Amino acid sequence: MMTDEPLLRVSALSKFYGSRIGCEDVSFELWPGEVLAVVGESGSGKTTLLNCLSTRLLPTSGTASYRMRDETWRDLYRMSEAERRFLMRTDWGFVHQNPADGLRMTVSAGANVGERLMAVGDRHYGNIRASAVDWLGRVEIGEDRIDDEPRAFSGGMRQRLQIARNLVTSPRLVFMDEPTGGLDVSVQARLLDLLRGLVTDLGLAAIVVTHDLAVARLLSQRMMVMKDGRVVETGLTDRVLDDPRAPYTQLLVSSILQV
Amino acid sequence: MATPLVVSEVAKSFTMHLRDGIRLPVVADVSFSIKAGECAVLGGPSGAGKSSILKMVYGNYAVDQGQIIVKHGDQLIDLASASPRTVLQIRRDTIGYVSQFLRTVPRVSALDVVGEPLVARGEKREIARERASDLLSRLNLPERLWSLPPATFSGGEQQRVNIARGFITDHPVLLLDEPTASLDARNREVVIGLIGEKKKAGVALLGIFHDADVREAVADRIIDVTDFAAGKLAA
Repeated sequence: MMTDEPLLRVSALSKFYGSRIGCEDVSFELWPGEVLAVVGESGSGKTTLLNCLSTRLLPTSGTASYRMRDETWRDLYRMSEAERRFLMRTDWGFVHQNPADGLRMTVSAGANVGERLMAVGDRHYGNIRASAVDWLGRVEIGEDRIDDEPRAFSGGMRQRLQIARNLVTSPRLVFMDEPTGGLDVSVQARLLDLLRGLVTDLGLAAIVVTHDLAVARLLSQRMMVMKDGRVVETGLTDRVLDDPRAPYTQLLVSSILQV
Repeated sequence: MATPLVVSEVAKSFTMHLRDGIRLPVVADVSFSIKAGECAVLGGPSGAGKSSILKMVYGNYAVDQGQIIVKHGDQLIDLASASPRTVLQIRRDTIGYVSQFLRTVPRVSALDVVGEPLVARGEKREIARERASDLLSRLNLPERLWSLPPATFSGGEQQRVNIARGFITDHPVLLLDEPTASLDARNREVVIGLIGEKKKAGVALLGIFHDADVREAVADRIIDVTDFAAGKLAA
């Protein structure tokens, strides 16, 4: 599961919106099979960072290199638009907080999953349908719902469908932006458990942006705490949460309500 | 053969930034080592820093000063300065830990909670479940509970799941944070037996036991944590 080379190397990444800081001087490495949580309040720059890493946004300065399936290293910001799009469709996944941003709401659940497979060149209808059924099952959506549109799904089901759509092409790296945000607590628990299982079984690397420290604890091995666009603390997730060092991390950890 | 665990001149304090940066020294100049097949017990009153020492050795607490040298495979690694990734590898293969309380995960069965450390090391899930069943039955956990998530179990039942999870692997170093605190006499005996087997297998154990009977039964040596009291030198 753990190889000696990272999958992603990020160095001194900064993004400015005019003179305002989006994120500044972020560096880290991510290895295969590793889940990194990026936590902080809204406005801390965590979503800007995620958007830069997933090339949805171009940084102002800094580099990010990715190890392709053929073991060559590529600078993400020097790739052509077509290459980036190919990466997004095949080797990467992006799970949005709002499933409507990651799904096509007016085509069936099966087509939402099948579409990603067609994008990587699968043309056999029977295979595509079989994969779709398999993946819907893995995210606990019954086969009888395959022809329904996501519009007819609950929030939790939509989020599970979005996950299936992302994972069907066996990506090696998945970006998640508040994947459990906006869901009821019981629905969250189910989704988290599902994500945890899939990440472990598939050996996925993932970068999860969340403001919820419990989500970070459950999903990630490593954590990065951001404030005002800068990384204020990084380390093993349980170390950061149990022995927070930075003033801001201490504030975050002490603000959790105990049930 | 190298000593599995050598702690030298370790110091730890907490800085409470939300309380005007007040600094709470916990321990200083902590030095000890544990040989293979030995069970050392951290002794001293509550608040002396026993748990903090255990947590530093597991990489759960940061270390301010000093070294924690672990024999990881054929390498010697300083845990105090190791990268998170290295600490994770050490936890997977070298240092096991039985915490005081089980951190439950929704919807995962007791059997899979116990077997997980084996699965993480590449063992087949069926084999992990088999080994988990053996341990849970030795610890007298009723079989009807095995397929349930432990969130609703009693304290003693959760503790036994936790013990089984810690003892299922053959980690060469095992840390025990009051594993018998909420157990009845019969199950305490089982844990004493399990610790004895680990010692025979050459595992280095470091533990905290408030229960005097268990401590006497398993300890080869008591490490008095009050010797490491921070500020002792200044006093």
